[in-house]
Amino acid sequence: MLAVNFLLLAAALFSIGVYGVIARRNAVMVLMSIELILNAVTLNLVAFALMNGAIDGQVFALFVIAIAAAEVGVGLAMVLMIYRNRKSIALDELSEMKG
Amino acid sequence: MLAADAIELSSGWFLENAWLVGLIPVIGFAVIIGFGKRLPMKGAEVGLASMAISLVIALGGVVQWIQRTNSADTGEEAGSLIQAFGRTLPQATEGEAKPFVTPVVTSWVWWQNSGLEFGIGSSIDGLAILLIALVAFITLLVMIFSVDYVRGDRRYTHFFAAMTLFSGGMLIMVMSENMVQLILGWEIMGLTSFMLIGHWWEEEANSRAALKAFFTVRVGDVGLLVGTAIIFFGANQWAVDNLDSNGFNIAAIQAWALSGEANTQFLLWGAVALFIACIGKSGQFPLHTWLPDAMAGPTPVSSLLHSSTMVVAGVFLVARIYPVFWEGFNIGTGGLSFIAIIGAITIVIAALLAFVQDDIKKVLAYSTVSQLGYMMLGLGTGAWLPAVFHIFTHAFFKCALFLCAGSVSHSGSHHSFDMKKDMGGLRKKMPVTFAAWCVSTLALTGVFPFAGFWSKDEIIDNVGANGYTFLMWVGLAGAALTAMYMTRATYLTFFGEPRGAAAGHGHDDAHAEEHEMEHIGVGAPEPRSLGAAANAHGDDGSDHSDGPHESGKLILIPIVILAFFAVTAGFANPTPLASRFGEGVEVLKTYVEPRATPISTGEVIASGPGESVRIVTPSVAPSAEGGEGEGGHSKSGCGFTAPETGTVCFFPGVSHAEPKFAKILLSLAIVAVGYALAIAFCVAFYGRRDERLVGLTERNRALRGGFLFLKNKYYLDALYENVIVRAIAHPIANAAYWVNQKVIDATVNEVGIGTRKTGQWVYDNIDQKVVDGAVNGSGWAASEAGHGLQSTQSGKVSQYGALLFGAAAVGAIVLVLVNVS
Repeated sequence: MLAVNFLLLAAALFSIGVYGVIARRNAVMVLMSIELILNAVTLNLVAFALMNGAIDGQVFALFVIAIAAAEVGVGLAMVLMIYRNRKSIALDELSEMKG
Repeated sequence: MLAADAIELSSGWFLENAWLVGLIPVIGFAVIIGFGKRLPMKGAEVGLASMAISLVIALGGVVQWIQRTNSADTGEEAGSLIQAFGRTLPQATEGEAKPFVTPVVTSWVWWQNSGLEFGIGSSIDGLAILLIALVAFITLLVMIFSVDYVRGDRRYTHFFAAMTLFSGGMLIMVMSENMVQLILGWEIMGLTSFMLIGHWWEEEANSRAALKAFFTVRVGDVGLLVGTAIIFFGANQWAVDNLDSNGFNIAAIQAWALSGEANTQFLLWGAVALFIACIGKSGQFPLHTWLPDAMAGPTPVSSLLHSSTMVVAGVFLVARIYPVFWEGFNIGTGGLSFIAIIGAITIVIAALLAFVQDDIKKVLAYSTVSQLGYMMLGLGTGAWLPAVFHIFTHAFFKCALFLCAGSVSHSGSHHSFDMKKDMGGLRKKMPVTFAAWCVSTLALTGVFPFAGFWSKDEIIDNVGANGYTFLMWVGLAGAALTAMYMTRATYLTFFGEPRGAAAGHGHDDAHAEEHEMEHIGVGAPEPRSLGAAANAHGDDGSDHSDGPHESGKLILIPIVILAFFAVTAGFANPTPLASRFGEGVEVLKTYVEPRATPISTGEVIASGPGESVRIVTPSVAPSAEGGEGEGGHSKSGCGFTAPETGTVCFFPGVSHAEPKFAKILLSLAIVAVGYALAIAFCVAFYGRRDERLVGLTERNRALRGGFLFLKNKYYLDALYENVIVRAIAHPIANAAYWVNQKVIDATVNEVGIGTRKTGQWVYDNIDQKVVDGAVNGSGWAASEAGHGLQSTQSGKVSQYGALLFGAAAVGAIVLVLVNVS
């Protein structure tokens, strides 16, 4: 089945993204990993749309892409501000949220 | 009796909207209480305006009532449509009974209860409109008098508010169309008279007098409630069946009593109970004791109370539902009624008491009681019209006398009412007051041609003509006594040597202080500037001296107007002149006395409250058996024989005495003898201090006994206070105290202790352990959970991400497992 290949690819992408989010110290890398996760999900949506012969998933995928663009914009801006304040974007040094 | 023969009675705006007369003073009261103190005249102008508007409406009503009666008699109605259509109308010709003129009723549903509707509104007939106009007129004059008289009083605004509501109560009462509204007006008057009599309550005597008046009248009021209930149970079924009304409706009660179907027991006991109410309200023996004590109030209050409101209410009640008394006491058949006996006793005992009073207002108070006795005597013997006429004339001259007494105390005797200590020789200092006093005295004593002559002699004459010869002599004796005690009061006040305050001194006398009725108790926080006001009233700026002087214009004008009416009011119904000038001169007989003509029930529109405002102007069918009710002494028709089936009567056929010249001369001679004796005695006793007379009561045991008996007011007060009140009140009070201490307090204490113990237990066990435990426990649990989870909050984003994805993975696995299995 063609769709299973899509799903496997999406699962692989998702796992790589998760690994990147957890293991990377560089904030930009983390953002990129999040993008990977989102793309994996988008791929899933398109794959399911193909399976069901409906266009809904594809429309939804378009929305996810648009939202992802906005999210990256916000995320990069935050990273930029963190860099300006601390001259570093290493996430393991950021522990102000410690409870 | 055919409907085609019906006459359209004229009506009019004033008759249909007479309820405004009662409403306006009530609104005025609310305005004065609410905003009076901020107004330029401290609320007096609102009172004056409301009474003036009421008077205008009342006078309009009088004119329209006269037109209405004329339209019934002649069939001519101003602007009548019927005439325009050229129909011939039956006219009351000579010898034929004049048609009954139905009242104009405007009423609303006030409240409903178990199928009964209670209306509020106005029911205007001759009697009602006469009293409405009278009350509004007298109240207006008394208020004008009060503007100056109570100026500077610390409760000036409240005084006007209470006065306005007081006359409002009387107006509501006289226009009532059912007994419930009548009771409402009656009780408003009872309450406001309490407020007014106790106006200067700082002095204990005044508040005691107010309480006495209130409670004495309350004793009678029980009779009113019981009587109304009895009449209701007697009349209700008949009223529902025949008139589509109920047993509270006054017209229905009248018709029921005369229908011949009424149960005589209901009539008798209802009449007795209602008359007990009148005894209380109208100061009849033996409940007259509150009236003289009510003199503790300001003089305008006494004046209003004694002339046209309050005490007249009882007489009005008897006159209003006269058929009940007529049938209940067999007045029509010459029965010696309870009313007549009480009235006759009252005339004599009150007149005798007036001889031993030193307080000028108390003399007048007992005079009022005595005159009310005349009214009751008249009503009790079938002389309805003369009694109502006496209400009318008495209002003017008694009001004038009280205002004169007020004027004397205001400007002549420095707020003292003690004739022996602070008056005397005032006739030259106060000529206007003296003249008005004399005119009113002549009117009161029934000297030709003053007002009292026409009404009082009418009563005496009719009492005799109706067969009550003994009571007629009682009335004549009362007339002589009236002449005597009024001569004594006049002599002591206006003649002889000035004494005390009237002589210009006595301001600082200790005795003057203690006798000052209108003086506030020593030590009051602020001076009640009435004494100051006496020296500073603005109208007679010329005279600021402390000695006696004439009063100001605002005081004199009402007195003069009233004195004018004391002369002329008698010509409203001069029966002895009727033979010469025709019956047209008997205005009250024509327009006030209801006609004793049966009318068919079909023509009576039930005057009970309707769904909305209903203006009832029914047409009238002249009775086929006309002529029988007319003609003086005929003993048939309404009040004697039951009306035909389908017809009802509203008023018994009272007879009218033919005036006889000899009788008039006799009564005038008796009055003249009374005057002569009294003048001779006064000159000898008070003027020359004749040795044979002075100290007679000390020397002669019988006379001393009589004097003390009178001085102590027949020991009635002692009887009431020491015997009845003590006998009833003390055991009750003791029992109540015992119950209070032993039962109520004990119960309350036990309940309190029990509650406290329960509360302690609840506090210890439930509040502390359960409720607080739950609250503290949840807090503790949250705290511990927070501490336990604190380690997960490392602040590291990657760790959070690991947790997030780990949790998501676990969730996904669970989801898959659940869905697969």
